[in-house]
Amino acid sequence: MDKNNAIITVLGHDRVGIIAAIANVLADSNINIKDISQTILDDIFTMVMMVDLKDVKIEESDIVDKLNKLGDDLGVKITIQHTDLFYAMHRI
Amino acid sequence: MITDFEVLETMKMFTEQHLDIRTITMGISLMDCADEDVNKACDKIYNKICRYAKNLVQVGEDISRKYNVPIINKRISVTPISIVAAASKTDDYTPFAVALDKAAKTCGVNFVGGFSALVQKGYTKADKILINSIPQALATTDFVCSSVNLASTRTGINMDAVKDMGEIIKKAADLTADRDAIGCAKLVVFANAPEDNPFMAGAFLGPGEPECVINVGISGPGVVKHALETVKGKDLGVVAETIKKAAFKITRVGELVAREASERLGVPFGIIDLSLAPTPEVGDSVARLLEEFGLEECGGWGTTACLAMLNDAVKKGGTMASSFVGGLSGAFIPVSEDEGMIAAAKSGGLKLEKLEAMTCVCSVGLDMIAIPGDTSAAVISGIIADEMALGTFNNKTTAVRIIPVPGKTVGDEVVFGGLLGSAPIMAVNNSSCANFINRGGRIPAPIHSMRN
Repeated sequence: MDKNNAIITVLGHDRVGIIAAIANVLADSNINIKDISQTILDDIFTMVMMVDLKDVKIEESDIVDKLNKLGDDLGVKITIQHTDLFYAMHRI
Repeated sequence: MITDFEVLETMKMFTEQHLDIRTITMGISLMDCADEDVNKACDKIYNKICRYAKNLVQVGEDISRKYNVPIINKRISVTPISIVAAASKTDDYTPFAVALDKAAKTCGVNFVGGFSALVQKGYTKADKILINSIPQALATTDFVCSSVNLASTRTGINMDAVKDMGEIIKKAADLTADRDAIGCAKLVVFANAPEDNPFMAGAFLGPGEPECVINVGISGPGVVKHALETVKGKDLGVVAETIKKAAFKITRVGELVAREASERLGVPFGIIDLSLAPTPEVGDSVARLLEEFGLEECGGWGTTACLAMLNDAVKKGGTMASSFVGGLSGAFIPVSEDEGMIAAAKSGGLKLEKLEAMTCVCSVGLDMIAIPGDTSAAVISGIIADEMALGTFNNKTTAVRIIPVPGKTVGDEVVFGGLLGSAPIMAVNNSSCANFINRGGRIPAPIHSMRN
């Protein structure tokens, strides 16, 4: 996959402002949201977000730390992972 | 497009099911470091390792951050030191181990493997010096691992070396007696040792390997166990299929990490070792995975059959996921490093003899087993000889990493900490095999070694 996309996952309890807060952090880092889906799985609120990283490299930017901190503030677990991982594992 | 289900399945593998990349191991050839002067040779070794591996840890951490995939260990394997040190005028190779240890600390890696000798057919002078240096080398270093290949299907078994290694293991235990014989946890003997294995204690870079290479070892017994929990009561064909699918996904993560590490470091990618490597943590156990097949306790009747099937299905799924599979590749059954094995050994349900049977169908051998400190060197050699025979005559890798803990006996426990875990001392059949071991010589290669 040559696209520089990532999946952001949010797991925890639903509350007002999760998407807004994450969108703010991403906008600050110049990361564009392409798709969002929400679901309740095993009683856990789950949000999966596909983002376009453009020129941002996850490992070189502070996006992981920012999302970790936001997750702590909101009481949810936020993870960002490059999409190559999912394509490698789930597509032949 | 990746579905939400796939995203969540992946998340759970890494969080709840302990999937991780166990190790990125950089193999570094030390062939050009030989020197008549020991100090010069050691300097060359230290400098070369530091030059090649200076970015290894950072690259590992970057990849881990990019994919949010835990990469537990970064390690280095080197050319067997008996080959590199042969040119040096000395009768003690401990300084080479010290140089390796220093390089490991400078680079920030977890272990360096390759204080090794390949003696399946006989000793060079250097092999003999290396083997005699092992106890002191392991006692004076922290991160150096040692291995000796004693046998192969092509050559048979070097029984002189089997005898010597029984004594060396005892000495290594004595010199580290104050630390529950930790020296022996860093020492393994092999039959048919793979030259590209990224796992410790047996990692070294074989003579046929390139200048520098990246080998990656994966893990994931928890993922396979979880997958089996979804097919409770289904027939064994379904079980095999389920294991294959899980192994495929695990291996693909390894392949992704290996390719990326190779690219970032500018070093060729060697192999993925698709082993199921347990840790002492709950939920990361091969024993519990075997019990998920339908066994009351690992070690009972049926265990060998389950392990055989598991090992085979893991390989089938893994080879589909990567074209370059090597190393040990299969299920590991180290006792002290596996929560379920520890429990089964403590309850008495898992015995040494059953573990020996299990090594016929798993990827390694008698691994991380603590035995009474008063076990004789000859009996340890006997244990090694049996294990070497299983490997040599069944055309597979087998190994022995056994720890005779000084001052301890059956009923006691040893605690190594970290990934090495803890273990109850297991009972050993002490019936003497000294007259057999003292014969020396070689056990000839089996008839099926002649495949030309």
